[in-house]
Amino acid sequence: MNFFRRHLRFCALGFFMLFAVSALVQCRPEAEAAPDGAAAMTALESFEVVYGVLQHPRCMNCHPGGDRPLQHDDHQPHAMNVQRGPDDRGRFAMRCDACHGTGNLPGANMPPGVSTGWHLAPREMVFEGLSRHELAKMLMDPERSHMSSDELIEHVTSDPLVLWGWDPGDGREPVPTPHAEFAAAFRTWIAAGAPAPPEEEAQVR
Amino acid sequence: MIVLKINGKAHELADVDADTPLLWVLRDELGLTGTKYGCGMAQCGACTVHADGQAVRSCVKPVGDLVGKEITTIEGLSADGDHPVQRAWKKFGVPQCGYCQAGQIMSAAALIESVPVPTDDDIDAGMAGNLCRCGTYVRIRAAIHAAAQDARP
Repeated sequence: MNFFRRHLRFCALGFFMLFAVSALVQCRPEAEAAPDGAAAMTALESFEVVYGVLQHPRCMNCHPGGDRPLQHDDHQPHAMNVQRGPDDRGRFAMRCDACHGTGNLPGANMPPGVSTGWHLAPREMVFEGLSRHELAKMLMDPERSHMSSDELIEHVTSDPLVLWGWDPGDGREPVPTPHAEFAAAFRTWIAAGAPAPPEEEAQVR
Repeated sequence: MIVLKINGKAHELADVDADTPLLWVLRDELGLTGTKYGCGMAQCGACTVHADGQAVRSCVKPVGDLVGKEITTIEGLSADGDHPVQRAWKKFGVPQCGYCQAGQIMSAAALIESVPVPTDDDIDAGMAGNLCRCGTYVRIRAAIHAAAQDARP
């Protein structure tokens, strides 16, 4: 028997009112089949799919512009003054794995987890506040993304922390674009030379 | 059977599911009631213990994830309540109602283990996850500075 489920109502009582509104508006959409047309998309059309996924809260919240992780669908700074720390895994008594375990826990607003450990992306691998042009340039700059093209593809296709975005646990909206569609679009964009969309007007940060 | 090493002693837990949070094992199975239940969802810090020296929230840590780790609770932090943090807590009269203080002390002990000379910013970063309804934060910060000084060789 699942312990957390047995005790869920008791555990969540004190915090239910605080989070009730956000919990009510987060509902999981039905899974969609991956389309067959990803390979036929142009590079920039493919990047538009990629950009939409990377701007989703499940992705962007761990690629913040500063040294504090974000949370919730409105990208709030993480509660409890949680900070990046020297290894992107928190500071002192507030390490990520002090609360985030090896898997999601049942119930809204319980700390999510993954088998490979919860952590932020490197400080330079920012998604927050970047235009399409800036994000494409960042991804293709190994100094900032810390990955080669092959490593990026591996990251988006099989890293458990990335895949978590499609299985984020109770009370969180999964990334709506099917993962297969996202991965195919990412490969198409990389295979086409990873062109950056034209520069846009500076975004409000 | 799950075996946990807690405060230096191995405990065989025959009737405990792997997904049971450590806090329930500490309090209900082993009678180690110094660690407190606050929120049950890692939001308040009252249940903080150490796993391999790192502060963790026992209310959300399934015991199956802690096999093989050295777990320390407030009962095992020192033999006679004389850890530098505990001494400083007494000196500064930190607790008011006391309910959160076991968690505060465990987080503070992990903090000064990580950073022997913490700044105010370090203390704020390390302790922000431990809530105190009595508002003893000023005394907590002062006591951590004193404990860090006391702990230096």
